Amino acid sequence: MAAKTLTIDGKQISAEEGASVLQAASEAGITIPTLCHLEGVYDVGACRLCLIEVKGIPKLLPACTTKVAEGMEVSTDSERLRKYRRMTLELLFAERNHVCAVCVANGHCELQTLAYSLGMDHVRYDYNFPKWGVDTTHRLFGMDHNRCILCARCVRTCWHVEGAGTKNVAGRGSKSKIISDLNQPWGHSESCTECGKCVMSCPTGALFRKGSTVGESERDRTKLEFIVTAREKKQWNA
Amino acid sequence: MTLNDLFQIKETELFARKKIVLRCCMAAGCMSSNSKGVKEQLEKAVIDAGLQNDIEVRGVGCMKLCCEGPLVQADPQEALFVKVTEKNAPSILTAIKGGKTDVTQADPHSAFFTKQLSIVLANSGVVDPERIESYITQDGYQALHDVLTEMTPKDVVETMVKSGLRGRGGAGFPTGIKWGTVAKSPGAKKYVICNADEGDPGAFMDRSVLESDPHSVLEGMAIAAYAVGADQGFIYVRAEYPLAIARLQTAIKQAKIMGLLGAGIFETPFHFNVDIRIGAGAFVCGEETALMMSVEGKRGTPRPRPPFPAESGLFGCPTLLNNVETFANVPAIYRNGAEWFANIGTEKSKGTKVFALAGKIKNTGLIEVPMGTPLRTIVEEMGGGAPDGGQIKAVQTGGPSGGCIPAEHLDTPVDYESLGKLGSIMGSGGMIVMDESTRMVDVARFFMEFCMDESCGKCIPCRAGTVQMHNLLEKILQRKATARDLALLEELCDMVRNTSLCGLGQTAPNPTLSTLRFFRNEYEALLQPDAHGPRSTQTETTTK
Repeated sequence: MAAKTLTIDGKQISAEEGASVLQAASEAGITIPTLCHLEGVYDVGACRLCLIEVKGIPKLLPACTTKVAEGMEVSTDSERLRKYRRMTLELLFAERNHVCAVCVANGHCELQTLAYSLGMDHVRYDYNFPKWGVDTTHRLFGMDHNRCILCARCVRTCWHVEGAGTKNVAGRGSKSKIISDLNQPWGHSESCTECGKCVMSCPTGALFRKGSTVGESERDRTKLEFIVTAREKKQWNA
Repeated sequence: MTLNDLFQIKETELFARKKIVLRCCMAAGCMSSNSKGVKEQLEKAVIDAGLQNDIEVRGVGCMKLCCEGPLVQADPQEALFVKVTEKNAPSILTAIKGGKTDVTQADPHSAFFTKQLSIVLANSGVVDPERIESYITQDGYQALHDVLTEMTPKDVVETMVKSGLRGRGGAGFPTGIKWGTVAKSPGAKKYVICNADEGDPGAFMDRSVLESDPHSVLEGMAIAAYAVGADQGFIYVRAEYPLAIARLQTAIKQAKIMGLLGAGIFETPFHFNVDIRIGAGAFVCGEETALMMSVEGKRGTPRPRPPFPAESGLFGCPTLLNNVETFANVPAIYRNGAEWFANIGTEKSKGTKVFALAGKIKNTGLIEVPMGTPLRTIVEEMGGGAPDGGQIKAVQTGGPSGGCIPAEHLDTPVDYESLGKLGSIMGSGGMIVMDESTRMVDVARFFMEFCMDESCGKCIPCRAGTVQMHNLLEKILQRKATARDLALLEELCDMVRNTSLCGLGQTAPNPTLSTLRFFRNEYEALLQPDAHGPRSTQTETTTK
């Protein structure tokens, strides 16, 4: 395999031929923000967060699907790119209902982390507040469409890692939706193998294991009362 | 099939031709106002008058002056009857015989017709699109014969490069270079695809070509297939064009029976088949990578390029993708030579362009003009200006990816570069004329809504950005927006244009940007004072 030498953010690096700019950058310790990229499944260049500037090319290119080339001069972090990335995140936050405080993924959400790291401190667009439902028909997992960013990582994982082909995208534009089989409730899906790989792949709290949601974390106070009463009335031993 | 067979068919046809031909438009426009009934009544009237040996009633394709349909033209009298009804049939026969008639007639020598130069539409309105013999009579399939028997694929590509033809789908990529790239791409299997997923609002050029002269497209595809080394072609037509699909099916069947498609065409080793794929109503499937996904039977979403279809296209094979009008130009180029074609048009834009003239204009219909024709000639001389003495305000070209050209720029010549300089594009050929009653912010909102509805949803800037831009335009129209909202809109336009994955998103802001460029005052007139004071710099500081 031939090696290619290129410059990323002024740093001379060499990468294997056929590698993506994203791979080359990460090997050189340069982080490019990504959202739809997932190690292990193929890239689609959909989230546009990894857009980079390449000298001599007027268009911005996604680092995940752009292959390295000899003598390429890449810039991954300009004022303009930072602005576009922040705007992309703003658009995502306004698109569906991303309320971190009540989210299962709070604290380990890629969308949240990116918003922090890129300095997206507020959203200037009107929130759409859509009313997407939550599919909790599955025995083990749930899908909250309100938190979905349509990165389709679950779809790619389901088809190309598990090979089940349960997950898919239906609809168009902002009305797009992740579906199971032919838009059936997930619990009714006959193709789902219950492997949970889609949940592992989800960058936000859209796909979750049951029992992990805020609503499900109820405390059982009756036990305390039972213990105290039992102690006072010496109900322990007969 | 040999060249002699072609000549034989032509001679038989010419020999059987009757003295008078009544051409009845049977394209979708006229058929929607009952041209089929008109044709039947004309046939009946001819039989009633006992003139069936003298008069032929021929169903033909589009006769261009769509607003006056149904159209009937009599040859050799050169009488063009307009808005014909079934009852007019006997009266038209009287007129042909030299009698008086009360049927309205249009002047076939008016500027609308004389300023046109027909290459793509040369057969439109002349040949019967449902009979291959009719096309062969106009020297059809001779170019394919000459190409297959006298030229190497390399020569064919070279001729195309010399002709200077550029893609008619909108972007204007040089066709010869595209053919050359596919020809050079390694691969045992290659495909040719004809993009007939015409989706711009107000555009109907490709539909008319397919309905009026389907064989020219098939012949063009076969020549292209020979040049690049493909043996399978697909025509991707939108389902909303049932008549075009039916005529294509007839044409393919007839060409196969005659051996002009299939194995061993013109007794050479060249074989080529064409199949039709029908689109399911998504505008984005006109984008080449999405189109190929759809042909493969997958969800029609675009993918990043490179790799370009010329290297890795349909099913991963090198694929040539051209628009209907591009293919329709091909037979004429090989019949008349590359030099002939290169002499028409401007230095960088060769040949002619078909436009669907629509909107607030007297003569709506199809026109084909040489590249470089000033917009004013098209709109004022050919189109006859705005109806009822109205003032033309702007001309919209390029549909949802294009822009509005204001009246003061009407002297702009129509070519790829000049329109690009004005922030619009040539596009596939939709041309919508607007008069003083049109509010430009409304126009921008309409096209933004279109893009929002048609976004595939794959990339975030297009999916969510068009929604927000539409919200902002709506807010401006409702007089609820301030200068800050306008700044927000402009910033979004820039972002969506530069970051979207495919052409749909990248060009979605164009109608807004171009109306902002020429009609900014209309936006500003709708803005409200900002309750929080002049904080126009606010957006700047928050983005830093």
